[in-house]
Amino acid sequence: MELLVVKKRQNYIAMFFILVALLSYGAMEVTGFEPAQALIAIPQAIVWSLSNFYPTMASIKNLPAILIKLHETVFLAIVATTTGGICAMAFALLSTKGVPVFTVMCRLIASFFRNIPDTVWAIVLLLSFGQNVISGYIALFFATFGFLTRAFVETIEEVGANSIEALEASGATYGQIVFQAIIPSCITQVVSWLLFMIETNIRSSTLVGMLTGTGIGNLFNIYYKFFDYHSASLVVIMIVIVILIIEAASNHVRRMIL
Amino acid sequence: MAFLECIDITKEYANTIALKKISFSVNKGEMVAIIGPSGAGKSTLLRCINRMIVPTAGDVIFDGVNFNTLNSAQLREQRRKIGMIFQHYNLVNRLSVVENVLHGRLGYKTTFEGIFGRYAEGEKEEAFKILARLGLEEQAYRRCDELSGGQKQRVGIARALIQEPKLMLCDEPIASLDPSSAKIIMDYLWDINKSIGITCFVNLHQVDVALKYADRIIGIRKGEVIYDGPPCALKKETIHQIYDSKTGELIMD
Repeated sequence: MELLVVKKRQNYIAMFFILVALLSYGAMEVTGFEPAQALIAIPQAIVWSLSNFYPTMASIKNLPAILIKLHETVFLAIVATTTGGICAMAFALLSTKGVPVFTVMCRLIASFFRNIPDTVWAIVLLLSFGQNVISGYIALFFATFGFLTRAFVETIEEVGANSIEALEASGATYGQIVFQAIIPSCITQVVSWLLFMIETNIRSSTLVGMLTGTGIGNLFNIYYKFFDYHSASLVVIMIVIVILIIEAASNHVRRMIL
Repeated sequence: MAFLECIDITKEYANTIALKKISFSVNKGEMVAIIGPSGAGKSTLLRCINRMIVPTAGDVIFDGVNFNTLNSAQLREQRRKIGMIFQHYNLVNRLSVVENVLHGRLGYKTTFEGIFGRYAEGEKEEAFKILARLGLEEQAYRRCDELSGGQKQRVGIARALIQEPKLMLCDEPIASLDPSSAKIIMDYLWDINKSIGITCFVNLHQVDVALKYADRIIGIRKGEVIYDGPPCALKKETIHQIYDSKTGELIMD
């Protein structure tokens, strides 16, 4: 009897792998993706990168310009995250208040903003705000707001539910519960999500900048289109360095608050 | 008129009936234990009393007030007369013991005072007095996540006591505790009931504990009252009826 159960489970595992293989194959057929060609292309790409995509002494003189733009992009990401986070917190609190109408409304709005990628937001906003930093900011803000609302709702429901119940039973108002129970119990996760979002937004804002013609993304685009691969590579290296620094800093903050 | 009266309380969920027309009345100062198997509706019944769960039908009349007629501000005012303690303590773990105790005063504060935690000196003194009574004065400034289960439950009791409640609802207060901590908690509840005269409602899994501490036992099975009376009159057959078990299936046999 038990042997049969084990056999059955083995069959399920085998079926699962067959299914994954079939799905991958089907997807390749549909999209016309040729794995063999892709494999051949990799060495070519490496050779091309090594011979063209590296900073030279000549490109180093662009460093001040790159740093100015990078600074703009990083601060755009931080502002979009903090403002988006505050709005997301307000929505998350409204959504978990226990009034069904608010819950449904907040979730629908957040899900709408979350499910449209920030690059799509950027392109749409370009039409109304033009090529400037405002379009980039709003695009990042929308995407951040949508994502963080969901993350905060889950955090509150997971961490706060018990103490919310206790304070509600003692006759506390919702405002009191928010500041005395929800925020103290959720603050570490909330800060952690914000730090994560700042990292993500620095990457996204590079991409969004290419579309909205602002920040480091635009600079990269310009160097690239003028065949100045050496300066373009310097941009990439600087972005990577900044992200690593932010990551290290946020890990440090996380360790401190936990 | 009885101190607490429940009349035909019914709670229906989408496709199950959790409570079927439960009625009882309780006098001031009684220690009532509610026993019954898991899923019988003990927790639902307790939460229907302070309206943390809104019953589908029926009335709760507490201290002369019918809870059905209250708006949310009036309900909060009634709730501060009812202390509640929980199986999982439901403390804010990242705050200190005394901060958690003072949460019990929030019902008496304006929203603004509560948000900024502006408690009166007298309230703080009272908090320390209650902590001393529960043997926790040395833990007052420790964070709640550093405490043991038994200590956390005592903080829960302190938070309820500072409300100056007339009624205590205890939802399986000892279900997550080891036997010696469980005894300490039950002794404190007994003491609160006898010396301060606070009416207590305790949901319990352990029949022997209920028999030892309660003045009155209400046995529930599948949302219906099977037994309601003093512990001495509770027969073994009735216990088996409550738990749907046969002789020899329960540890007490």
